[in-house]
Amino acid sequence: MADIGHDAADYAPPAELEEVDLYHAKSWITKYVFSQDAKVIGIQYALTATAIGLVALVLSWLIRLQLGFPDTFNFIDAAGYYQFVTMHGMIMVVYLLTALFLGGFGNYLIPLMVGARDMVFPYVNMLSFWIYFLAVLVLVSSWFLPGGPTGAGWTLYPPQAIMQGTPGREWGIIMMLLSLALFIIGFTMGGLNYVVTILQARTRGMTLMRMPLTVWGIFVATILALLAFPALFVGAIMMLLDRVLGTSFFMPHIVELGEHLKYGGGSPILFQHLFWFFGHPEVYIVALPAFGIVSDLISTHARKNVFGYRMMVWALVAIGGLSFIVWAHHMYVSGMNPYFGFFFATTTLIIAIPTALKVYNWVLTLWKGNIRLTLPMLFSLGFIVTFVNGGITGLFLGNVVVDVPLSDTLFVVAHFHMVMGVAPIMVIFGAIYHWYPLMTGRMLHEGMGKFHFWITFLGAYLIYFPMHYLGFLGMPRRYFEMGETSFVPESAATLNEFITVTALIVGFAQMVFLFNLYWSRRNGIVAEKNPWHANSLEWQTPEMPPGHGNFGKELPVVYRWPYDYSVPGVEADFIPQNVPAGGTATGAE
Amino acid sequence: MSFFSELTAKPWLPEQATAGGLNVRALPPMNVGRTALKFFLGVASVLFFMLIVAYAGRMAFEDWRPGPTPWLLWQNTIMLILSSMALQWAHYSATSGDINGVRVGLFAAGAFTFGFLTGQVIAWQQLGTSGYFEATNPAIAFFYMITGLHVLHLAGGVVGWTAISSKVWSGARTAEVRESIALCTIYWHFLLVVWLVLFALLFSSDNLDVLLAICGIK
Amino acid sequence: MFVAIILILVAVGSVLFHLWSPWWSTPIASNWGYIDDTIDLTFWITGVVYILILFFMAYCVWKFQYREDRRADYEPENNKLEWGLTILTTLGVAGMLAPGLIVWNDFITVPKEATAFEVVGQQWAWNYRLPGKDGKLGTAATQNITDENPLGINPNDPSGQDDVLIQSEDLHLEVGKPVKVLMRSIDVLHDFYVPQFRAKMDMVPGTITYFWMTPTRTGTFDVLCAELCGVAHHAMRSKVVVDNASDYQTWLAEQETFAQSIAEARNKTKTIKTLASK
Ligand code: HEM
Ligand SMILES: [Cu+2]
Ligand SMILES: [Cu+2]
Repeated sequence: MADIGHDAADYAPPAELEEVDLYHAKSWITKYVFSQDAKVIGIQYALTATAIGLVALVLSWLIRLQLGFPDTFNFIDAAGYYQFVTMHGMIMVVYLLTALFLGGFGNYLIPLMVGARDMVFPYVNMLSFWIYFLAVLVLVSSWFLPGGPTGAGWTLYPPQAIMQGTPGREWGIIMMLLSLALFIIGFTMGGLNYVVTILQARTRGMTLMRMPLTVWGIFVATILALLAFPALFVGAIMMLLDRVLGTSFFMPHIVELGEHLKYGGGSPILFQHLFWFFGHPEVYIVALPAFGIVSDLISTHARKNVFGYRMMVWALVAIGGLSFIVWAHHMYVSGMNPYFGFFFATTTLIIAIPTALKVYNWVLTLWKGNIRLTLPMLFSLGFIVTFVNGGITGLFLGNVVVDVPLSDTLFVVAHFHMVMGVAPIMVIFGAIYHWYPLMTGRMLHEGMGKFHFWITFLGAYLIYFPMHYLGFLGMPRRYFEMGETSFVPESAATLNEFITVTALIVGFAQMVFLFNLYWSRRNGIVAEKNPWHANSLEWQTPEMPPGHGNFGKELPVVYRWPYDYSVPGVEADFIPQNVPAGGTATGAE
Repeated sequence: MSFFSELTAKPWLPEQATAGGLNVRALPPMNVGRTALKFFLGVASVLFFMLIVAYAGRMAFEDWRPGPTPWLLWQNTIMLILSSMALQWAHYSATSGDINGVRVGLFAAGAFTFGFLTGQVIAWQQLGTSGYFEATNPAIAFFYMITGLHVLHLAGGVVGWTAISSKVWSGARTAEVRESIALCTIYWHFLLVVWLVLFALLFSSDNLDVLLAICGIK
Repeated sequence: MFVAIILILVAVGSVLFHLWSPWWSTPIASNWGYIDDTIDLTFWITGVVYILILFFMAYCVWKFQYREDRRADYEPENNKLEWGLTILTTLGVAGMLAPGLIVWNDFITVPKEATAFEVVGQQWAWNYRLPGKDGKLGTAATQNITDENPLGINPNDPSGQDDVLIQSEDLHLEVGKPVKVLMRSIDVLHDFYVPQFRAKMDMVPGTITYFWMTPTRTGTFDVLCAELCGVAHHAMRSKVVVDNASDYQTWLAEQETFAQSIAEARNKTKTIKTLASK
C-alpha cells in the first residue's frame, strides 16, 4: 500500500467519552450478577445458553437411543419421545444458537470491535439478559408441571399442539408459549442495543465498510430478528388465547374422541404462515453471524484479506432482505394454495445465489493465502464443508416439486442439522478457540482441541450424511419407531444403530471440549498479546482480557479496514486497524 | 454519506484512507434514543401489520361474522387525537423554551391518554356483557387481542410520560427534557396512526370488501 | 497434508457412499417419475459443485500451508471473477428450477379424467370414501359427524348415499387410472404419504386439500402419516392395494355404502335397545 502523508487534515483527535457516562460496578453483585458491562453480559448469555444447550444435547442422545435401538429402553415411551424431540429442537434453535450468537458473541464483540466502551443502553442490556434467563427458567419449569413439557414438535402446529392427543397439553404448551414471548421481549431489548451501538457508537474512523464482517453479520441478523420475532410473538399470543380462553384463531371445527369441541372457524394454516415468517429468517439469524465470524477467522488464519469484502457485505444484506420472502418453502405440502409454490420456489433458489457467492469468497480467501492450520481454521474448514453440503440439500427442498417426496422425512432432518446445526456450531467452536485467549488470557489446550475437532467434524458428517439416504427411502421424521413396513430394509436399522453410536461419541467429545474450557482457564498456556496477529480492534486493547471500559483512557482511532494482512511492501504480515498510514504493527503497542 | 452510498466504498484503497475520504468520521452527536425509537417503531409496525394480515386472512373465510363496532370507539379516537396534539404542544413549547407550555401540554396529554385508556376498558366491558359476546367468534377475539396489544404499547408510553412529567414538575428546565419530549411525541403520533389504521380498517364498520381488495384476495 | 487428504476422503467417500448405498428411493409405483428425474438432475448439478469446492479447498490447504518465508497474496476483490461465478451459479440454479417448476405445474394440474376419492384422517386412523354408482362424492363436513356417521357425510345430499366407505381397512385403487386424492381431517393435521407414489399432502381440518397421480404398478403399499399428529403419529398406518381392473371391481362390489352403514348402525342400536328392554 502506498504511503500516505501524515498531514494535518489526517490527524483525528481520539474521541473521549465523559467519565459519568460509563457505568461502574460498585459491588460484587453488580459486577458479576446484575452487571451492566456488555462483556460480562455476553459471558452470562453464553453460559446460560451452554447450560440449556447441554440439556438439549442429552435429549438428542435419548432420541437417538430410541431410534437406534427401538424396544430396548423402557423409560422412553412415545409421549416422552415426542417431548424430547420438541424440547431438543426448540432449545437448540432458539435458546442455544440465537442466544449464543446474538446475546453471547454480540454482547462481547460488538463494543470491542467497533471501538466503543460499552453498549449504548447498558441497563436495558442487563434487563435483556435477565429476561432471557427467566424465559429459560419458564421453559425448564414445564418438566416439573403436570403433564410435562409439550410434545407438539418445535413447530408447535395447532390444532395438535393444544389438544388431548399431544403430551404436555396441560401446562407444557402454555409454558412454552410464555417462555417464547419472554424470550422475544428480552431479545428485542438486547437487539435494539446491538443495532444502535453499531450505528451510533462506532469510534472515529470506523466507517461502515471498515467494520469486520463479524459485526456485519451480527448487525444484519439482529435486524432480521427484530423484524421476524413479532410474527412469532403474535402467533404465540393467539395460540395461548386459543388454549386458555377458548378463542378460535387457529382452531377449526374439530371432533375429538367422538365429541364436538367448542372451537370453530379458525385456520391452522394461518399459524404456519406466522410461524415460518419468523422461522425462515430465524435460520439466517443463526447463519449470518456464523457467516460473519467465519469470514474473519478464515482471513486472520490464512493471513490474507477476505476476498471480495464488498460482495460479502452486499450478500449479507441481500440474504437478509430475501429471507423475508421465502418462508412458505416450509409449507409446500401444507395444503396452502399450490400456486404459491411457483413464487416461493423461485425466491428460495434465488437466495442460493448470494449464499453461493459467500462460499466462493471463503474458498477464494484460502487461495494463495498463507494458511495456518490452527484450531479456528480447522473449524472454519469444517464449517465450509458442512455448510456447502447442507446448502446443497437446501436446493433439493427449495425446489418445490422435489420437496414433495422429501418433506417430513429424515432427509429434512439431515438437511437442517447439517446447515443450521453442525455448520454454525462449527463456527461457534472456532470462534471460542479464537477468542478464548482474549476472554481469559490463556490459550485452550491444542491437543484436546484437535481431538474435539476431528471427532466432531467427522462424527457429525457420519451422522448426517447417511441420514439423507434414509430420507430418500421414505422414512418419516418424528417417528417414535418405524414398526412394520414393507419398504424399509433390515439394513436401515443397522445404519440407525451406527448413527446412534456415532452421536454418542460426538456427544462425548463435547465433554472433552467443556473440560478444556474449564481446565485451560487455570492451566492453559498464557497467551501473548494478540496471539493470532489479528487486525480488528478487540485485540488492540491495552489490557488483555480487556478491562472495564474496554480501551483504557483513549478510544482507538481507526485508519484502515480490518483485513490488511500481508500488505505488499510492509514487513509485518498484518496492520491493525488503529495503525495510521505509514505505521506498522509494532506502532500499535 | 448515506447508509447505502457508504456501502460502495472500497475500504482498502489508499485514497479512501485519507482524512478527506472516509476514515475520519467525526462522531455524530450520539443520538441513541432516537435511533432506538426508530427501530422499535419498526418492530411494533411489524407486530401490528401481522395482526392486520391475520385478521384480513381470517375474514376471507366464508363463515366470517362481522365484528362489533362499539360506538364508544369514536369518542376514544378523539381522545387519542387530542392527547397527540397536546404532546405536540408540549414539544413545541419545549423547543421554544416555554416551561409553562410544556406543563400544560404534558398535563393535557396525560389526561386525554387516561381518557382513552379508560374508554377502551369500558368498551371491553360493554362488549363483554353484551349479547354479542362469544369467545369463538374470531371478530370478537381479534378485537380484544388487537386493542389489548395497542393499549399495552400505550401503557409503555405512559411510563415514559411519567418519567418526563416527574422531571418537569420537580423543576427541570426545558433544555433537559426537550429530547425526551420529542421522542415521546413521536411515539404517541405513531400509536395514533396505528390506532387510526386499526380503527378505520377493522373496528369502525364492516370493511370486509375493502380489506380483501387491499390484500389482493378479491 | 493430512487435512487435505481428509478433505479429499470426505469428497470421494461421499460419492462412493452415494453409488453403493443400499438405501435409496423405493421403486416408484406412480406416474411421478419426473420428480425422480428432477432429483437426479439436482444431484448432478449440485454434486459436481460440491466435489469441485472440496477439491479446491484440499488443494489450497495443501499448496498454501503456512510457511514463515511465504506471503499471502493481496487481492481485495476481482470483479470479473465474482461476476463470472455469479452468472454461472445463476445458470445452474435456473437449470434446476425450470424443470422443477414445469413438473410442479403438472403436479397441481389435475387431468379431467381423474376420478376423485377421499381420504379422511383422524387420530389415529385412516378412512377412505369412494364415489358410488353415480360417480360423485357427496358433500361432507366435520359438523355432520355423529356416532353412526363418523365421517361427517351430509345425510341430506343424495349423491352421498351410495358413496363407498372404507373405515380402518385397506384402500384399493385400480392400476393405470388417474385419481384425484381429496384429503380431509376431522381433528388435527395429518399427511397422506405413500413413499412409492412420491406424492404427499397435509390434511387440514376445516379445508380439503388434494393431489393427483396414476398408480402404475400393482402391489400393496404402506400408507404413513407424515405430519406429527400426537402420541400415536408413528402408528397411524394403513395399506393401499393397487389392483388390476377385474380384481378392483370385485373388491369394490363387496364394500358397504353410506346408506347401508347408516341402516346397519341403526339396526344395531335397535337390537341393543330391545335386548336391554328384555
Ligand atoms: C449432537 C447433536 C445433535 C443430534 C445427535 C441431534 C439429533 C436429533 C434427532 C435424532 C432429532 C429427531 C429427528 C426426528 O424427528 O426423527 C432431532 C430433531 C431436531 N434437531 Fe437435533 N440433533 C443435534 C443437534 C441439533 C442442533 C445443533 C440443532 C440446531 C439447529 C438441532 C435442531 C433440531 C431441530 C429443530 C429438530 C426438529 C425437532 C422437531 O421435529 O420438532 N439439533 N435432532
Ligand atoms: Cu426456510
Ligand atoms: Cu401423524
